[in-house]
Order: sequence, then structure tokens, then C-alpha cells
Amino acid sequence: MSGPTPIHLLTGFLGSGKTTLLRRMLADPAMAGAAVLVNEFGEIGLDHELLERVDDTVVLLKSGCLCCTVRGELAEALLALHSRRARSEVPFFDRVAIETTGMADPYPALSTIRSHPVLRSHYRNAGVVTTVDAVNAPDLLNTRLEALRQIGAADLLVLTKTDLAAPGMVSDLVARLAAVNPSARVLTAPEATAEDFLAEAGDTPAAPADALPHHRAGGVRAETPVTSFSLEIEEPVDWTGFGLWLTMLLDRHGENIFRVKGILNLRGEEHPVAVHGVQRLVHSPVHLERWPDGRRASRLVFIVHGLDHARIEASFRAFDAMSRRVTARGSVA
Amino acid sequence: MCSLCGVLGCDDHWTSAVARPGVYTRNTDRIARRREAARRLAVANALLSTRRLRLSEWQGRSYVLASPTGNTRVFDALSHLWSEAGALAGRPFDPLDPDFIASVEAIR
Repeated sequence: MSGPTPIHLLTGFLGSGKTTLLRRMLADPAMAGAAVLVNEFGEIGLDHELLERVDDTVVLLKSGCLCCTVRGELAEALLALHSRRARSEVPFFDRVAIETTGMADPYPALSTIRSHPVLRSHYRNAGVVTTVDAVNAPDLLNTRLEALRQIGAADLLVLTKTDLAAPGMVSDLVARLAAVNPSARVLTAPEATAEDFLAEAGDTPAAPADALPHHRAGGVRAETPVTSFSLEIEEPVDWTGFGLWLTMLLDRHGENIFRVKGILNLRGEEHPVAVHGVQRLVHSPVHLERWPDGRRASRLVFIVHGLDHARIEASFRAFDAMSRRVTARGSVA
Repeated sequence: MCSLCGVLGCDDHWTSAVARPGVYTRNTDRIARRREAARRLAVANALLSTRRLRLSEWQGRSYVLASPTGNTRVFDALSHLWSEAGALAGRPFDPLDPDFIASVEAIR
């Protein structure tokens, strides 16, 4: 096979139906070539048994949580799978699905895959799917920052247990999820197909046009709410200045920036460029063929924890203008 | 160095990604790479000049950051720039600090 193997990360709070969803996805022929890593926090791992696949492409990462104690184990497991595939010791796989523990912050796993000096040559992050329990999520959104990080990191949100929740509750939750993460698709579990599960993050790059400009999304603590907002810039953006700005912003405030996603109208470029990141991790930017809805403008959605929207916008504009002034001095234009 | 694991050699910064189908990068050929590197150095140095720091490239492989007193830091990826610069300057570079935004606006 050519190119790095795509990795699909499945996350979601405790009891939100991750294993049930994965089990259904694995039954689909589109997932036939998927290796599976299951991370469980507990003495005895059970989830991998529930998947009902018995070959060596199902690996259990146990006795710790993926976002802290078993990060090294994740890298080792992925490298071992890669080596064993090369030696034909395991059935061939063309993608990997990782199920995290319910408490895991998805960022460390994404960052390990992106930054590990060997892993990054063989694997790439393809997308994050987060299950959301329609019965318990409304309370979780008020109390658990982990749940908000998981929702903020998602490219696809899958609502589970909708049959147990009142219809009004589900529609309220959908509205609330759109506020937490306006850049993610939201599907109910029965609607979600393997194609949805496997959709690449870069396939849905556009910041939604109807993202509310300043929206309060969740209140973990009254004084530090998780909020989302969109930044829209008509004027072409300078790529060099944008790169230095976002790198500095994430270096200083990355733990409070759950998500950045959007498209850029870059100076000197005909086509839009999609960027997306989770906390301090930014994926390789992707060239798009055309402008979503035909409108040539940069649109970025931010999901932040306790950061001032107006100041982020002021900072962005100051860096962009400065970068254009500096590069226009002549020698580096 | 990787912010999580401390592994050295994470030089594949997203602003200069390895050229692959579909990926936007200016890291496509030697001339484009050098042109973007020069632009990046110029803009980074404009920002660093607010704290009297100076960035240069070493053989196109590493960055060398120097203070006016001769302290230097060497690192191999742009992702380390602002943490190194903050450490060398004695206080972090915060793009949301109103005073820093004002100093960025004053750069000519």
C-alpha cells in the first residue's frame, strides 16, 4: 500500500456507546481492512471481547488511560502492527480504528501519532468520531471538561441512546452540540454508516456559514465557559503571518483551544486551503478544489475555554497586517 | 522537542508540511522552500525584535535564537520557537496580551 495508514480515533464519555458503535461499524464491509486498538481503564479488559473479532489485528491497551499512562504503549502497539503487517504476520489492514477510554482527552493520542518520529511516517490522523449519550450528555456538558474536549475534537458526533431520550431533549442537545462544535457533523447512531465513520477530517473542511459569531456553549465553571465563535475575514490572509500567529497562540493557549477549523483565503492562492487542529496539534493543511458556497473569504471556527473572542480576532488582524507590511518591504516579498 | 513526550526531532511543522497530494505547502521545491523560509525569518524576526531577540537558520536544518547578551538556543522545528523565545526573553510571548498586540501593530 502507499502512503501512511489512516487512523480513526473513536472517543466519547464513559458508557456513551463507543464499543457498540465500533462493533456495528466493524460488521460493515468498508471496515473489513481495519485493525482495532482498544484502550480500557481497568484491571480486566472486556471491550475487545465484545467486538467479536479474534484475529491479531485487535489489540488491547490496558491498565491505563490513553491520554496519560499508556501513550508509549499506543506507539509500540502501532509500530508492532506495522512491522507485523510488513512481515505478513497479521492479516493485512489498510486503516486503524482506536477506541479510547471514556475519560481520555483525544489530543495526546492525536499528538503522539502526529509527532512520534517513526509513527508519523507510517500513520496519519484521519478523523475523530465522538459518541454522545443523549440521556446523560446534558449534565456532562455542565460538569465534565473531558466530555467537552472530546466533543470539541470531533469531526463527527454520533448521538447514542436517542430512543431513551425525549424528542425535545434530543433537539436541545443537537443545538447545544452545534454550539460547542459547529464544525462537526451530527448524526444519530442509527443514521451513522461506516462511510460516515471513515470520512476524512479534510473532507468536511468548511466552517459552517451559520455558526453563531459568539456562542456560549457550555458552562463547566461559570467564570470559564467553553465557547465557540467564528472569525470571518474577507481580505486575503498572509500564510507566513498566519502560521507564526497560530503557532504562538497554540504555544501559549493550546490547552484552552479545543478546536480550530476552517478555510483560508490566502494571498496569492487561487484555491481555498483547509486547516484544522485540536489543542496544540495542527494537521497538515489541505488544498481544496473550490470555495464552499462560492464565497471567497477566510472562515475559522474556534472552540475555546475561557479565552476572549475579541482579543483573538484583534491579535489575528494585528499579525496579518504586520506580516503583510514586513513582507512588502521588498527583499522578502 | 515534542511537547508531550520529549522526543527530539519533530521537524515536520504544519506550516511547511512534506509535499503530498492534496496537502498545501510551500515546501515543494528548493526555491519555493528557501523563499518561504526567508519570509518566515523576516516576519519572525519582526516579532522577536520586540524583545530584542534574533532568529537565524543554520544550514536550513535548525534554528538559532540569540539574545543581545549572547545567549543562544538551538532547535530544529518551528513548533519550539515561541517556547524557546519566551524562555530566552524571560517571559512568554502571548499573542492575546494587549500590550503585545499593540507592539505588533507598531511594527513597520
